[in-house]
Amino acid sequence: MKEKNVINEKKRNEKYNEYVESVTPKASCLKNCIKAFITGGLICTYGQLLLEIFKWLDFGKTDAALFTTICMILTSIILTGFGIYPLITSFGGAGSLVPITGFANSVVATAIEYKKEGQVFGIGCKIFTIAGPVSLYGILASWIAGLLYWVLKLVGVM
Amino acid sequence: MIKGKQSVVFDKPVYIEAVASIVGEKEGQGPYGKYFDIVSNDPMMNTNTWEEAESKLQELAVDKLFDKSGIGKDDVRYMFGGDLLGQLIATSFGLKKYEIPLFGLYGACSTFGEGLSLAAMCVSGGYAESVIALASSHFASAEKQFRFPLEYGNQRPMASTWTVTGCGAAMVTERKTDVRISGITTGTIVDYGVKDSMNMGACMAPAAAALIAANLADMDVDESYYDKIITGDLGTVGQKILIDLLREKGYEITNRHMDCGIEIFDGESQNTMAGGSGCGCSATMFCGSLIDRIRSGEWNRILFVPTGALLSTVSYNEGKSVPGIAHGVVIERGV
Repeated sequence: MKEKNVINEKKRNEKYNEYVESVTPKASCLKNCIKAFITGGLICTYGQLLLEIFKWLDFGKTDAALFTTICMILTSIILTGFGIYPLITSFGGAGSLVPITGFANSVVATAIEYKKEGQVFGIGCKIFTIAGPVSLYGILASWIAGLLYWVLKLVGVM
Repeated sequence: MIKGKQSVVFDKPVYIEAVASIVGEKEGQGPYGKYFDIVSNDPMMNTNTWEEAESKLQELAVDKLFDKSGIGKDDVRYMFGGDLLGQLIATSFGLKKYEIPLFGLYGACSTFGEGLSLAAMCVSGGYAESVIALASSHFASAEKQFRFPLEYGNQRPMASTWTVTGCGAAMVTERKTDVRISGITTGTIVDYGVKDSMNMGACMAPAAAALIAANLADMDVDESYYDKIITGDLGTVGQKILIDLLREKGYEITNRHMDCGIEIFDGESQNTMAGGSGCGCSATMFCGSLIDRIRSGEWNRILFVPTGALLSTVSYNEGKSVPGIAHGVVIERGV
């Protein structure tokens, strides 16, 4: 009898979740993609503009790229501080989450929020709560890619 | 008097002497803005942290309640209060200065219903003459507790809700007034296995439906017994589900249902998606508007059902569902 109840409950839950899915409104995927495309494109254009300026100022190719990155992070930090970056992301979604500016936003927003809990236990412990997983698994992924590259080179494929 | 399985009807009448409400700027700009006692345009409430700001909301609401009720701090026997933060810090720091015996409550967003229920039982049982029930929430402290830092950019799903910044407090007494708490129905935890914490309406709707059905069965009445059945913060998605679930049980509440979460904001212009949520949502709506509509005679009897999604970031990350709970309070006009 008890087992039957568990099965019934599982069935009820499955049915309910399907029903919820059918009545929950969803944002239009196409519309969001277009918004993300425009936002991401604008951020990249801004980056390209910076890169051209640094090149024009006679920075070497490597240095120009480096300074572009730094300036983009700085821009994101300033926009986050003024509360503008979240507005951009609520419009642009992945368009402004994925670029380096989004990464900077996730670090700075956390630092601002947890500043009140102290330099060590607040900022220190919590600054990477959102960015941390990206860094950790990003490094892991590049380590695996490196390993693959090394193995493939050993067996002479590459 | 014990009624049915989960309900109580008070033999010794219990009344609401006065109510007080305070909300933030966004709520003040909403359709009910002018009904709240205090609208604060400073989200930090002149304090240093979001948590302190929420405590300040409670403090201002209680002070206002003392003013409006004419009942002083020394005449209040107990407080039943709660909020959404871990270990109820908004309540502990907000209410400590009063030195009134306190029951700290956690019922997620249903806390105000839980508070009113216990306050009414306490007064009707003869254990106090006057007690305070209150609940608060703050958009920023709730975002920090349950979601992301405020400045972090992300997109809100259309079924998500916006936590109300505000606190509502009610003085429950045995002294006769024109609004009476005539009965309560206490909710059970209802879990239909929904795991989407951004669709809290769907998590809570089964609990609200179960509570309303239990109340009607216990009181041996049908839905027309109430002029309005008012839920806490189901939002537009939860409202649709609630009506459907109750229709399956044989009750038709479409015309008499109202949801504080849908009412408190103008979803279109205020960008609040499915509606408002948080303990403060049902508490401020009750204290700001609903009670006056009973006093004025617009409604004679309502079933007030604050709803809570028992969400925790820990259980959520461990793959658990989000169970719901709801508490029903029957409010009537006159004696």
